[in-house]
Amino acid sequence: MASKTIMVRYFAELRELSNCQTEEVAEAPDTAAELYLQLKQRYGFRLELDEIKVAINGAFAHLDSQLAPGAEVAFIPPVSGG
Amino acid sequence: MTLSKGEISIPEFAMQKESIQGCELSQHLDHPSCGATVQFEGWVRNHNQGKKVTGLEYEAYEDLCLSEAKKILTEAKQKWSITHVLARHRVGTLDVGECAVWVGVSSGHRREAFAAAAYVIDELKARIPVWKKEFYVDAPAEWVACHTCGSGHSSSPYPSSDCGSHHSGSCKA
Repeated sequence: MASKTIMVRYFAELRELSNCQTEEVAEAPDTAAELYLQLKQRYGFRLELDEIKVAINGAFAHLDSQLAPGAEVAFIPPVSGG
Repeated sequence: MTLSKGEISIPEFAMQKESIQGCELSQHLDHPSCGATVQFEGWVRNHNQGKKVTGLEYEAYEDLCLSEAKKILTEAKQKWSITHVLARHRVGTLDVGECAVWVGVSSGHRREAFAAAAYVIDELKARIPVWKKEFYVDAPAEWVACHTCGSGHSSSPYPSSDCGSHHSGSCKA
């Protein structure tokens, strides 16, 4: 599998734990779920995979979505608006 | 300015740093065909889960908030015969008592306005990517995750606990 770079956006507690708002991840895995688990391990994210959602290129997507090179991925912690 | 039914001169939804002016917004709901308006304000409450709240901060994924809110407002217009629907949500730092979210609906008759307004606030709370960090008098600030409290699921509009519900009656004395 050719290596690919993904732009990751972090919000709320994921932003605080990773200590960044955006980050380029080189040689990202195939799916959004695999990428989250990799980042969870790296930064000690407490949220499990079944607690988060993902947006790819600005739209909600499935966690098992394949990541295309250059994609922008945002992991969405449980929301608490209103 | 003359606006036909369904048209409005300001954005139907916005995320804003500035305080929400419900009275000004409500003027845009006006239409001669309307016999009813329902407006909801969510306020920053001074307590949550037994802790004294001093204020809060909203962080948002704004682009996705705008697109998701647009869907929600479109759904409301498809489900009920309403004339106008407007909504606003704050971002940034808020004090106790400030308006955090506002929804206004106008329609020919009241039932549609009540139903659509309830739908819009419930769906906004459940779906738009906004996160609330609460600051407390005597505990460290924390990100609120309302799926973990109350009735346990964000799609339930009226949780049994007071978590995250700003429906009238629970907000202020």
